[in-house]
Amino acid sequence: MKKVAIIGAGPAGIEAASVLARAGVPVTVFEKSSDSLSNLRDKSFLFPNFQPSPELVDEFSGKLQADNITVRHGSCITELKWKGTSWELVCNGSQNLVFDAVLIATGYRTFDASRKEELGYGIYKGVITSLEMEQMIKSGSIPNANGDIPQRIAFLQCVGSRDEKSGNNYCSKVCCVTAVKQAIEVRKILPKTELTIFYMDLRMWGQGFEEMYRTAQEKYGIDFIRGRISEAASTFDGRIQIKTEDTLLGLPMKASVDLLVLMVGMEASDGTRTVGRSCDICGEYGFIRTLNPHLYDNETDRPGLFAAGSCKRPMSINDSVNDGRSAATVIREYLDQLSEN
Amino acid sequence: MPDFGFSIKKTRSESIDNGSKQKYEELVRRVPSFKRCFQCGCCTATCSARQFSDFNIRRMHTLFRRGDADGLSEQLKKCMLCGKCTLVCPRGVNIRQLVISMRTILDNGEKK
Ligand code: SF4
Ligand code: SF4
Ligand code: SF4
Repeated sequence: MKKVAIIGAGPAGIEAASVLARAGVPVTVFEKSSDSLSNLRDKSFLFPNFQPSPELVDEFSGKLQADNITVRHGSCITELKWKGTSWELVCNGSQNLVFDAVLIATGYRTFDASRKEELGYGIYKGVITSLEMEQMIKSGSIPNANGDIPQRIAFLQCVGSRDEKSGNNYCSKVCCVTAVKQAIEVRKILPKTELTIFYMDLRMWGQGFEEMYRTAQEKYGIDFIRGRISEAASTFDGRIQIKTEDTLLGLPMKASVDLLVLMVGMEASDGTRTVGRSCDICGEYGFIRTLNPHLYDNETDRPGLFAAGSCKRPMSINDSVNDGRSAATVIREYLDQLSEN
Repeated sequence: MPDFGFSIKKTRSESIDNGSKQKYEELVRRVPSFKRCFQCGCCTATCSARQFSDFNIRRMHTLFRRGDADGLSEQLKKCMLCGKCTLVCPRGVNIRQLVISMRTILDNGEKK
Protein backbone atom coordinates (compact mmCIF):
# COMPACT_ATOMS: atom_id res chain seq x y z
CA MET A 1 0.00 0.00 0.00
CA LYS A 2 1.33 3.41 -0.96
CA LYS A 3 1.81 5.81 1.95
CA VAL A 4 1.47 9.58 2.08
CA ALA A 5 3.01 12.06 4.50
CA ILE A 6 1.36 15.39 5.16
CA ILE A 7 3.41 18.07 6.82
CA GLY A 8 1.23 20.48 8.80
CA ALA A 9 -2.13 19.95 10.50
CA GLY A 10 -3.94 23.09 9.41
CA PRO A 11 -7.06 23.40 7.25
CA ALA A 12 -5.29 22.39 3.99
CA GLY A 13 -3.38 19.46 5.50
CA ILE A 14 -6.34 18.07 7.42
CA GLU A 15 -8.70 18.33 4.47
CA ALA A 16 -6.23 16.54 2.21
CA ALA A 17 -5.65 13.85 4.85
CA SER A 18 -9.35 13.29 5.23
CA VAL A 19 -10.02 12.97 1.49
CA LEU A 20 -7.08 10.58 1.00
CA ALA A 21 -8.02 8.47 4.01
CA ARG A 22 -11.60 8.08 2.77
CA ALA A 23 -10.15 6.80 -0.51
CA GLY A 24 -8.26 4.16 1.44
CA VAL A 25 -4.81 5.74 1.36
CA PRO A 26 -2.88 5.53 4.67
CA VAL A 27 -1.79 9.01 5.74
CA THR A 28 0.58 10.26 8.42
CA VAL A 29 0.16 13.88 9.45
CA PHE A 30 3.21 15.54 11.02
CA GLU A 31 2.53 18.58 13.18
CA LYS A 32 5.34 20.43 14.89
CA SER A 33 3.16 21.85 17.69
CA SER A 34 1.51 19.85 20.43
CA ASP A 35 -1.86 20.75 18.95
CA SER A 36 -3.23 21.02 15.42
CA LEU A 37 -4.87 24.12 13.87
CA SER A 38 -2.92 26.63 15.97
CA ASN A 39 -3.59 29.60 13.65
CA LEU A 40 -7.30 28.81 13.48
CA ARG A 41 -7.50 28.50 17.26
CA ASP A 42 -6.29 32.10 17.56
CA LYS A 43 -9.35 33.38 15.69
CA SER A 44 -12.64 34.51 17.21
CA PHE A 45 -15.30 34.58 14.52
CA LEU A 46 -14.70 33.81 10.86
CA PHE A 47 -15.58 35.92 7.87
CA PRO A 48 -17.86 36.08 5.97
CA ASN A 49 -20.53 34.28 8.05
CA PHE A 50 -19.28 35.15 11.56
CA GLN A 51 -19.10 31.50 12.48
CA PRO A 52 -17.31 30.95 15.81
CA SER A 53 -13.90 29.42 15.07
CA PRO A 54 -14.22 26.65 17.75
CA GLU A 55 -17.01 25.15 15.61
CA LEU A 56 -14.62 24.77 12.72
CA VAL A 57 -11.83 23.51 14.97
CA ASP A 58 -14.18 20.76 16.16
CA GLU A 59 -15.11 19.75 12.63
CA PHE A 60 -11.51 19.63 11.48
CA SER A 61 -10.47 17.69 14.56
CA GLY A 62 -13.26 15.20 13.84
CA LYS A 63 -11.90 14.67 10.34
CA LEU A 64 -8.55 13.60 11.81
CA GLN A 65 -10.21 10.78 13.77
CA ALA A 66 -10.19 8.35 10.85
CA ASP A 67 -8.79 4.82 10.75
CA ASN A 68 -6.31 5.55 7.99
CA ILE A 69 -4.92 8.71 9.60
CA THR A 70 -2.02 8.79 12.06
CA VAL A 71 -1.35 12.18 13.61
CA ARG A 72 2.06 12.84 15.09
CA HIS A 73 2.13 15.97 17.19
CA GLY A 74 5.42 17.51 18.27
CA SER A 75 7.00 16.22 15.07
CA CYS A 76 9.09 18.73 13.22
CA ILE A 77 10.26 17.76 9.74
CA THR A 78 13.72 19.20 9.30
CA GLU A 79 14.79 17.62 6.05
CA LEU A 80 13.40 15.82 2.99
CA LYS A 81 15.54 13.54 0.84
CA TRP A 82 14.55 12.09 -2.55
CA LYS A 83 15.45 8.39 -2.71
CA GLY A 84 14.79 7.72 -6.40
CA THR A 85 11.21 6.50 -5.97
CA SER A 86 10.23 7.77 -2.54
CA TRP A 87 10.90 10.51 -0.03
CA GLU A 88 12.74 10.14 3.24
CA LEU A 89 11.65 12.53 5.96
CA VAL A 90 13.89 13.47 8.83
CA CYS A 91 11.69 13.99 11.85
CA ASN A 92 12.92 15.97 14.88
CA GLY A 93 16.42 15.86 13.50
CA SER A 94 16.98 12.12 13.86
CA GLN A 95 14.14 9.73 12.98
CA ASN A 96 14.02 8.79 9.27
CA LEU A 97 10.73 7.71 7.68
CA VAL A 98 9.95 6.80 4.07
CA PHE A 99 6.83 7.80 2.07
CA ASP A 100 5.71 7.51 -1.55
CA ALA A 101 4.34 11.03 -1.70
CA VAL A 102 4.59 14.11 0.50
CA LEU A 103 2.17 17.01 0.82
CA ILE A 104 3.59 20.23 2.19
CA ALA A 105 0.92 22.09 4.11
CA THR A 106 3.14 24.01 6.48
CA GLY A 107 1.19 27.25 6.30
CA TYR A 108 1.98 30.83 7.31
CA ARG A 109 3.10 32.90 10.23
CA THR A 110 1.91 36.43 10.99
CA PHE A 111 4.22 39.36 10.38
CA ASP A 112 6.18 40.47 13.44
CA ALA A 113 4.83 44.01 13.95
CA SER A 114 7.81 45.14 16.02
CA ARG A 115 9.77 45.19 12.77
CA LYS A 116 7.83 48.37 11.91
CA GLU A 117 9.32 50.38 14.73
CA GLU A 118 7.72 53.65 13.59
CA LEU A 119 4.30 52.18 14.42
CA GLY A 120 5.26 51.67 18.06
CA TYR A 121 4.30 48.04 18.53
CA GLY A 122 6.01 46.65 21.63
CA ILE A 123 6.83 50.22 22.68
CA TYR A 124 3.38 51.66 23.48
CA LYS A 125 0.70 49.62 25.19
CA GLY A 126 -2.04 51.09 23.03
CA VAL A 127 -0.60 49.61 19.84
CA ILE A 128 -1.76 46.02 19.32
CA THR A 129 -1.88 43.54 16.46
CA SER A 130 -4.95 42.08 14.79
CA LEU A 131 -4.05 38.80 16.49
CA GLU A 132 -4.36 40.40 19.92
CA MET A 133 -7.60 42.04 18.83
CA GLU A 134 -8.97 38.58 17.95
CA GLN A 135 -8.20 37.49 21.51
CA MET A 136 -9.93 40.56 22.96
CA ILE A 137 -13.02 39.95 20.84
CA LYS A 138 -13.01 36.34 21.95
CA SER A 139 -12.86 37.40 25.61
CA GLY A 140 -15.63 39.96 25.08
CA SER A 141 -13.60 42.74 26.71
CA ILE A 142 -11.71 45.47 24.85
CA PRO A 143 -10.00 47.84 27.30
CA ASN A 144 -7.62 50.68 26.40
CA ALA A 145 -4.08 50.80 27.85
CA ASN A 146 -5.45 52.11 31.18
CA GLY A 147 -8.15 49.48 31.43
CA ASP A 148 -10.99 51.88 30.50
CA ILE A 149 -13.49 51.84 27.65
CA PRO A 150 -11.75 53.15 24.53
CA GLN A 151 -13.14 56.31 22.95
CA ARG A 152 -11.62 55.68 19.59
CA ILE A 153 -10.01 52.70 17.89
CA ALA A 154 -8.10 52.85 14.61
CA PHE A 155 -7.34 49.86 12.40
CA LEU A 156 -4.38 50.11 10.04
CA GLN A 157 -4.24 47.95 6.93
CA CYS A 158 -1.22 46.48 5.16
CA VAL A 159 1.19 46.19 8.10
CA GLY A 160 4.08 44.10 6.79
CA SER A 161 2.37 43.71 3.40
CA ARG A 162 2.65 45.87 0.30
CA ASP A 163 5.72 47.30 1.93
CA GLU A 164 9.18 47.32 0.43
CA LYS A 165 10.65 48.27 3.81
CA SER A 166 9.42 44.97 5.29
CA GLY A 167 10.65 43.08 2.25
CA ASN A 168 7.07 42.04 1.43
CA ASN A 169 5.77 43.62 -1.75
CA TYR A 170 2.79 41.30 -1.97
CA CYS A 171 -0.74 41.77 -0.62
CA SER A 172 -1.74 39.42 2.21
CA LYS A 173 -5.23 39.14 0.80
CA VAL A 174 -7.24 38.49 3.98
CA CYS A 175 -6.44 41.47 6.23
CA CYS A 176 -8.82 43.92 4.51
CA VAL A 177 -11.84 41.78 5.20
CA THR A 178 -10.47 40.84 8.63
CA ALA A 179 -10.33 44.52 9.62
CA VAL A 180 -13.94 45.02 8.58
CA LYS A 181 -14.99 41.85 10.40
CA GLN A 182 -13.12 42.89 13.56
CA ALA A 183 -14.58 46.41 13.49
CA ILE A 184 -18.09 44.91 13.32
CA GLU A 185 -17.31 42.57 16.23
CA VAL A 186 -15.86 45.45 18.24
CA ARG A 187 -18.98 47.50 17.57
CA LYS A 188 -21.11 44.72 19.05
CA ILE A 189 -19.06 44.94 22.25
CA LEU A 190 -18.51 48.73 22.32
CA PRO A 191 -21.58 50.53 20.97
CA LYS A 192 -20.22 54.05 21.50
CA THR A 193 -16.57 53.81 20.46
CA GLU A 194 -15.47 55.59 17.29
CA LEU A 195 -14.11 52.99 14.87
CA THR A 196 -12.02 53.97 11.89
CA ILE A 197 -10.27 51.84 9.30
CA PHE A 198 -7.29 53.41 7.55
CA TYR A 199 -6.83 51.82 4.16
CA MET A 200 -5.10 52.24 0.82
CA ASP A 201 -7.46 50.01 -1.14
CA LEU A 202 -10.26 47.88 0.24
CA ARG A 203 -9.81 44.48 -1.34
CA MET A 204 -13.21 42.88 -0.92
CA TRP A 205 -12.70 40.03 -3.36
CA GLY A 206 -14.62 37.15 -1.79
CA GLN A 207 -18.26 36.22 -1.67
CA GLY A 208 -20.06 38.42 0.83
CA PHE A 209 -17.04 40.65 1.51
CA GLU A 210 -18.27 43.75 -0.31
CA GLU A 211 -21.66 43.39 1.36
CA MET A 212 -19.91 43.20 4.72
CA TYR A 213 -18.14 46.47 3.94
CA ARG A 214 -21.48 48.04 3.04
CA THR A 215 -23.08 46.76 6.25
CA ALA A 216 -20.12 48.03 8.27
CA GLN A 217 -20.82 51.54 6.98
CA GLU A 218 -24.57 51.43 7.08
CA LYS A 219 -25.45 49.41 10.14
CA TYR A 220 -22.37 49.57 12.35
CA GLY A 221 -21.27 53.17 11.73
CA ILE A 222 -17.67 52.32 10.92
CA ASP A 223 -15.57 55.04 9.30
CA PHE A 224 -13.16 54.55 6.45
CA ILE A 225 -10.29 56.94 5.73
CA ARG A 226 -8.06 56.45 2.74
CA GLY A 227 -4.49 56.92 3.89
CA ARG A 228 -1.71 54.83 5.32
CA ILE A 229 -0.54 55.69 8.84
CA SER A 230 3.19 56.34 8.75
CA GLU A 231 3.96 57.02 12.42
CA ALA A 232 2.51 56.47 15.86
CA ALA A 233 3.65 58.06 19.11
CA SER A 234 2.40 58.19 22.66
CA THR A 235 0.61 61.25 24.04
CA PHE A 236 1.17 62.47 27.63
CA ASP A 237 -2.06 60.78 28.77
CA GLY A 238 -1.15 57.39 27.33
CA ARG A 239 -3.13 57.59 24.14
CA ILE A 240 -1.65 57.04 20.70
CA GLN A 241 -1.15 59.85 18.25
CA ILE A 242 -1.17 58.81 14.64
CA LYS A 243 -0.01 60.66 11.55
CA THR A 244 -1.47 60.05 8.14
CA GLU A 245 -2.80 61.87 5.12
CA ASP A 246 -6.45 61.82 4.16
CA THR A 247 -5.49 61.19 0.55
CA LEU A 248 -9.02 61.78 -0.74
CA LEU A 249 -8.99 65.30 0.67
CA GLY A 250 -5.30 65.81 0.05
CA LEU A 251 -4.82 66.93 3.64
CA PRO A 252 -2.41 65.72 6.30
CA MET A 253 -4.13 64.42 9.37
CA LYS A 254 -3.30 63.86 13.03
CA ALA A 255 -5.54 61.99 15.42
CA SER A 256 -5.32 60.48 18.87
CA VAL A 257 -6.74 57.05 19.46
CA ASP A 258 -6.91 54.69 22.44
CA LEU A 259 -6.03 51.61 20.48
CA LEU A 260 -4.21 51.28 17.20
CA VAL A 261 -4.79 47.84 15.70
CA LEU A 262 -2.12 46.75 13.21
CA MET A 263 -3.52 44.37 10.60
CA VAL A 264 -0.47 42.14 10.32
CA GLY A 265 0.11 40.28 7.08
CA MET A 266 0.91 36.66 6.31
CA GLU A 267 4.44 35.39 5.75
CA ALA A 268 5.74 31.93 4.93
CA SER A 269 5.99 30.04 8.22
CA ASP A 270 9.32 28.83 9.56
CA GLY A 271 8.32 25.27 8.68
CA THR A 272 7.52 26.33 5.13
CA ARG A 273 10.94 27.92 4.80
CA THR A 274 12.77 24.90 6.23
CA VAL A 275 10.97 22.39 4.02
CA GLY A 276 11.18 24.64 0.96
CA ARG A 277 14.93 25.06 1.35
CA SER A 278 15.48 21.39 2.05
CA CYS A 279 14.02 20.32 -1.29
CA ASP A 280 14.88 23.41 -3.31
CA ILE A 281 11.33 24.59 -3.99
CA CYS A 282 11.53 27.94 -2.21
CA GLY A 283 9.78 30.56 -4.27
CA GLU A 284 9.48 34.28 -3.71
CA TYR A 285 9.33 35.51 -0.12
CA GLY A 286 9.99 32.02 1.23
CA PHE A 287 6.66 30.58 0.02
CA ILE A 288 6.61 27.23 -1.80
CA ARG A 289 6.97 27.45 -5.58
CA THR A 290 4.48 25.35 -7.53
CA LEU A 291 4.83 24.18 -11.11
CA ASN A 292 2.24 26.44 -12.71
CA PRO A 293 -0.37 28.72 -11.14
CA HIS A 294 -3.19 27.64 -13.44
CA LEU A 295 -3.14 23.92 -13.99
CA TYR A 296 -0.38 22.50 -11.81
CA ASP A 297 -0.71 24.52 -8.66
CA ASN A 298 -0.46 21.55 -6.27
CA GLU A 299 2.57 20.10 -8.05
CA THR A 300 6.15 21.15 -7.50
CA ASP A 301 9.05 20.53 -9.86
CA ARG A 302 10.07 17.53 -7.73
CA PRO A 303 8.35 14.15 -8.26
CA GLY A 304 6.00 13.03 -5.49
CA LEU A 305 6.18 16.38 -3.73
CA PHE A 306 3.02 18.46 -3.50
CA ALA A 307 1.92 21.66 -1.77
CA ALA A 308 -1.39 23.06 -0.54
CA GLY A 309 -2.69 26.04 1.41
CA SER A 310 -0.97 29.14 2.72
CA CYS A 311 2.54 27.71 2.41
CA LYS A 312 2.19 28.79 -1.23
CA ARG A 313 0.85 32.31 -0.74
CA PRO A 314 -1.57 34.13 1.56
CA MET A 315 -4.87 32.25 1.49
CA SER A 316 -8.22 32.35 3.25
CA ILE A 317 -9.47 29.32 5.19
CA ASN A 318 -12.01 28.27 2.58
CA ASP A 319 -9.44 28.56 -0.20
CA SER A 320 -7.02 26.45 1.85
CA VAL A 321 -9.64 23.75 2.34
CA ASN A 322 -10.39 23.63 -1.38
CA ASP A 323 -6.70 23.57 -2.14
CA GLY A 324 -6.17 20.65 0.25
CA ARG A 325 -8.97 18.78 -1.47
CA SER A 326 -7.51 19.44 -4.90
CA ALA A 327 -4.06 18.30 -3.72
CA ALA A 328 -5.60 15.01 -2.54
CA THR A 329 -6.93 14.37 -6.05
CA VAL A 330 -3.58 15.09 -7.64
CA ILE A 331 -1.77 12.85 -5.13
CA ARG A 332 -4.13 9.95 -5.82
CA GLU A 333 -3.45 10.23 -9.54
CA TYR A 334 0.27 10.20 -8.82
CA LEU A 335 -0.02 7.09 -6.61
CA ASP A 336 -2.10 5.32 -9.29
CA GLN A 337 0.63 6.01 -11.82
CA LEU A 338 3.26 4.63 -9.44
CA SER A 339 1.28 1.41 -9.04
CA GLU A 340 0.89 0.97 -12.80
CA ASN A 341 4.60 1.29 -13.46
CA MET B 1 -17.66 97.99 -18.93
CA PRO B 2 -19.78 97.62 -15.80
CA ASP B 3 -18.37 95.51 -12.97
CA PHE B 4 -20.61 92.51 -12.52
CA GLY B 5 -18.69 91.34 -9.46
CA PHE B 6 -17.40 88.14 -10.98
CA SER B 7 -14.62 87.20 -13.27
CA ILE B 8 -13.90 84.33 -15.58
CA LYS B 9 -11.91 81.77 -13.60
CA LYS B 10 -9.63 79.07 -14.83
CA THR B 11 -11.38 75.73 -15.09
CA ARG B 12 -11.53 73.91 -11.76
CA SER B 13 -11.18 70.42 -13.14
CA GLU B 14 -7.97 68.60 -13.87
CA SER B 15 -7.45 67.75 -17.51
CA ILE B 16 -4.95 65.21 -18.69
CA ASP B 17 -5.52 66.47 -22.25
CA ASN B 18 -3.76 69.75 -21.52
CA GLY B 19 -1.10 68.40 -19.20
CA SER B 20 2.35 67.91 -20.56
CA LYS B 21 3.57 64.35 -20.32
CA GLN B 22 7.04 65.56 -21.27
CA LYS B 23 7.93 66.84 -17.82
CA TYR B 24 6.76 63.62 -16.22
CA GLU B 25 8.79 61.55 -18.68
CA GLU B 26 11.83 63.64 -17.87
CA LEU B 27 11.19 63.19 -14.15
CA VAL B 28 10.95 59.39 -14.25
CA ARG B 29 14.07 59.29 -16.38
CA ARG B 30 15.85 60.95 -13.47
CA VAL B 31 13.95 59.14 -10.68
CA PRO B 32 12.62 55.82 -12.05
CA SER B 33 11.33 54.74 -8.62
CA PHE B 34 8.63 57.42 -8.88
CA LYS B 35 6.70 55.22 -11.33
CA ARG B 36 5.93 52.94 -8.39
CA CYS B 37 4.10 55.47 -6.20
CA PHE B 38 0.69 54.12 -5.12
CA GLN B 39 -0.63 57.24 -3.44
CA CYS B 40 -0.59 56.03 0.14
CA GLY B 41 0.15 59.40 1.69
CA CYS B 42 2.92 58.25 4.05
CA CYS B 43 5.31 60.85 2.66
CA THR B 44 2.90 63.68 3.41
CA ALA B 45 2.05 62.26 6.83
CA THR B 46 5.68 62.20 7.89
CA CYS B 47 6.96 65.28 6.04
CA SER B 48 8.89 67.78 8.18
CA ALA B 49 7.85 70.75 6.07
CA ARG B 50 4.16 70.02 6.44
CA GLN B 51 4.45 70.47 10.22
CA PHE B 52 5.06 74.19 9.62
CA SER B 53 3.26 74.94 6.35
CA ASP B 54 0.51 73.80 4.00
CA PHE B 55 3.02 71.84 1.94
CA ASN B 56 1.75 68.46 0.77
CA ILE B 57 4.45 66.52 -1.04
CA ARG B 58 2.17 63.74 -2.31
CA ARG B 59 -0.23 66.26 -3.81
CA MET B 60 2.66 68.13 -5.38
CA HIS B 61 4.26 65.14 -7.03
CA THR B 62 0.84 63.96 -8.20
CA LEU B 63 0.12 67.36 -9.78
CA PHE B 64 3.50 67.09 -11.49
CA ARG B 65 2.60 63.59 -12.68
CA ARG B 66 -0.58 64.97 -14.25
CA GLY B 67 1.40 67.71 -15.96
CA ASP B 68 -0.13 70.47 -13.83
CA ALA B 69 2.88 72.54 -12.77
CA ASP B 70 1.17 75.85 -11.94
CA GLY B 71 2.61 77.30 -8.76
CA LEU B 72 4.61 74.15 -8.11
CA SER B 73 8.00 75.89 -8.05
CA GLU B 74 6.89 78.08 -5.16
CA GLN B 75 5.50 75.12 -3.23
CA LEU B 76 8.59 72.97 -3.71
CA LYS B 77 10.73 75.65 -2.07
CA LYS B 78 9.12 74.65 1.21
CA CYS B 79 10.79 71.24 1.21
CA MET B 80 13.84 71.11 3.47
CA LEU B 81 15.29 68.02 1.79
CA CYS B 82 15.41 66.23 5.13
CA GLY B 83 14.62 62.85 3.53
CA LYS B 84 12.16 61.60 6.17
CA CYS B 85 9.58 60.87 3.48
CA THR B 86 12.03 58.57 1.71
CA LEU B 87 12.52 56.62 4.93
CA VAL B 88 8.85 55.72 5.25
CA CYS B 89 7.78 55.24 1.62
CA PRO B 90 6.45 51.66 1.29
CA ARG B 91 7.16 51.62 -2.43
CA GLY B 92 10.75 52.76 -2.07
CA VAL B 93 10.34 55.99 -4.03
CA ASN B 94 13.38 58.25 -3.71
CA ILE B 95 11.23 61.24 -2.82
CA ARG B 96 14.01 63.54 -1.73
CA GLN B 97 15.70 63.09 -5.10
CA LEU B 98 12.27 63.56 -6.68
CA VAL B 99 11.96 67.03 -5.16
CA ILE B 100 15.43 68.00 -6.34
CA SER B 101 14.65 66.76 -9.86
CA MET B 102 11.24 68.47 -10.00
CA ARG B 103 12.94 71.73 -9.02
CA THR B 104 15.60 71.30 -11.71
CA ILE B 105 13.08 70.47 -14.43
CA LEU B 106 10.85 73.40 -13.51
CA ASP B 107 13.85 75.78 -13.31
CA ASN B 108 15.12 74.68 -16.69
CA GLY B 109 11.65 75.19 -18.15
CA GLU B 110 11.50 78.73 -16.81
CA LYS B 111 14.94 79.62 -18.16
CA LYS B 112 13.98 78.62 -21.70
S1 SF4 C 1 -5.63 42.41 2.04
FE1 SF4 C 1 -5.91 44.58 2.34
S2 SF4 C 1 -4.84 45.04 4.27
FE2 SF4 C 1 -4.12 43.03 3.56
S3 SF4 C 1 -2.25 43.52 2.42
FE3 SF4 C 1 -3.96 43.40 0.95
S4 SF4 C 1 -4.66 45.51 0.73
FE4 SF4 C 1 -3.41 45.40 2.59
S1 SF4 D 1 12.54 65.78 2.16
FE1 SF4 D 1 11.05 67.42 1.81
S2 SF4 D 1 9.18 66.34 1.27
FE2 SF4 D 1 10.51 64.84 2.26
S3 SF4 D 1 9.96 64.90 4.43
FE3 SF4 D 1 11.66 66.31 4.17
S4 SF4 D 1 10.65 68.28 3.84
FE4 SF4 D 1 9.10 66.72 3.48
S1 SF4 E 1 5.06 57.45 0.46
FE1 SF4 E 1 5.78 56.72 -1.53
S2 SF4 E 1 4.12 55.49 -2.38
FE2 SF4 E 1 3.27 56.67 -0.69
S3 SF4 E 1 2.43 58.51 -1.68
FE3 SF4 E 1 4.50 58.99 -1.02
S4 SF4 E 1 5.79 58.55 -2.80
FE4 SF4 E 1 3.84 57.55 -3.14
